[in-house]
Amino acid sequence: MLKKILLTVLMLAPALALAEEAPPTIENNAAAIALVQDHANYLWTLIAAALVFFMQAGFAMVESGFSRAKSAVNIMMKNLMDFSMGTLFFWAIGFGLMFGTSSTGWFGTTDFFLSGWTPDGDPWVLAFWMFQCVFAATAATIVSGAVAERVKFSGYLIYSAVVCAFIYPVFGSWAWGSLLNGSGWLEGLGFIDFAGSTVVHSVGGWAALAGAIVLGPRLGKYGPQGEVRAIPGHNIPMAAIGVFILWLGWFGFNPGSTTTADKSIAMIFVNTNLSAAAGAVAAMFTSWLIFKKPDIGMSLNGALAGLVGITAGCANVSPSSSLIIGLISGVLVVLSVMAIDRVHIDDPVGAISVHGVCGAWGTLAAGLFNMGGVTAKIITTQLIGIGAAFFWSFGCAYLLFKVIHLTMGLRISEEEELIGVDIAEHGAHAYNDFVTK
Amino acid sequence: MKKIEAIIKPFKLDTLKEALQTIGVTGMTVSEIKGFGRQKGHTEIYRGAEYHVDFIPKVKVELVINSNMLEQTIATIMAATRTGKIGDGKIFVMPVDSVTRIRTGEKDEDAI
Repeated sequence: MLKKILLTVLMLAPALALAEEAPPTIENNAAAIALVQDHANYLWTLIAAALVFFMQAGFAMVESGFSRAKSAVNIMMKNLMDFSMGTLFFWAIGFGLMFGTSSTGWFGTTDFFLSGWTPDGDPWVLAFWMFQCVFAATAATIVSGAVAERVKFSGYLIYSAVVCAFIYPVFGSWAWGSLLNGSGWLEGLGFIDFAGSTVVHSVGGWAALAGAIVLGPRLGKYGPQGEVRAIPGHNIPMAAIGVFILWLGWFGFNPGSTTTADKSIAMIFVNTNLSAAAGAVAAMFTSWLIFKKPDIGMSLNGALAGLVGITAGCANVSPSSSLIIGLISGVLVVLSVMAIDRVHIDDPVGAISVHGVCGAWGTLAAGLFNMGGVTAKIITTQLIGIGAAFFWSFGCAYLLFKVIHLTMGLRISEEEELIGVDIAEHGAHAYNDFVTK
Repeated sequence: MKKIEAIIKPFKLDTLKEALQTIGVTGMTVSEIKGFGRQKGHTEIYRGAEYHVDFIPKVKVELVINSNMLEQTIATIMAATRTGKIGDGKIFVMPVDSVTRIRTGEKDEDAI
């Protein structure tokens, strides 16, 4: 009995002590609440960064699934190395160009080598860097698919470094610099690109276009009369799992771009999903109509097209608008893949159409479907951003690929291409004990 | 003794194996092969571009039998694998000089 009383007193003691102070309110707990919010922001940003990182696996699966078995080692190496090289160069140079203090609005000049962080300083710059690093690598990896099966590995390594050190960050500073210390001319105009339809996807897509043009098509892709020949991918289930992984990763890519754990992520999630689903459905019906069969490759591209299309506007358009944006992306991607094939630009995975074309469409759509209303100024600004991305990314990448082509060579020899880039460049097979062709 | 080589549609293999077992065939060798005959391949679509598959996947079944079972075996193979559509395959018959079972050294009919 005595024990029980003692226990009750002990349990009540803290409550009694508290009762003597002022009752807890939002105001007198502001510091603690802000700290919890702060921690939530870190957590959400880093979880999202991990999801976006996983998109590398998605790209690797999509690209190797859509190309031949004799190129799978090379595609895995390119995906591993564009992320790894990209990380190092984004750390050393890219991040500073993109988010360092900018007096001109054209590029940042501080924060190289992650110098904005000190052991006793605010670690937010680390969380922010991690999230931005996986974004830079996403822009870099888009090109890998478009140049698959014929690009020299050494040339691709140089490209990976330059895109993450220079091409992507400079454009990024124009649109997103003020997310940290920078300030860009494009964001100053009011350019809307929440998660990077233009900044990441179009920049990657137009670089892919430059690479595919400088390289030329794979041997046997176009016949003597210019007819388009199919070079079927070697593993469609792998390509499909890659698309599912990318779709999952996009739930970090778009909602994570808030870098804030607040209620706004719910709508961004829903918008992202609706657009992806609409893209897949629209691409399926478009391919069914044109080819008389619902085409798996096009339907997979359609889901990605919807995801790219909603990336710019995911935070400022309504869910029903997202659905429309996705539907149009899905139709657009099929027509674009066919058109690019017609003009004899060989893009084995459809990267130019998915990322370049649908990225441009998504950026325009972010203005057209803006929930805050649409004005001529908004549309003009969106068009300026779309155009700037094309000229900057295509121009720089074309120059870069051309210089590599003229100096060390960008393309493997004809003989090496026939044996397969895996054996020629890496001396290895992806599938030992199997005959590859 | 005769050797039979039957080129058949892959999905007919299980049916054929069961039918041959019921008439007393005790063994066979099966391989996955590719080729073309009058069927002349077929067209597939990949990302909107049509392409021709010249060599169609087939299955080759090889078996050695007593000569007196030949007609019955051919009839059984036909019954089990025929769909009536182009591409059903062919049956080749050839003479066999000798057969030896490696384990026991048995010869010819005893070794089949």
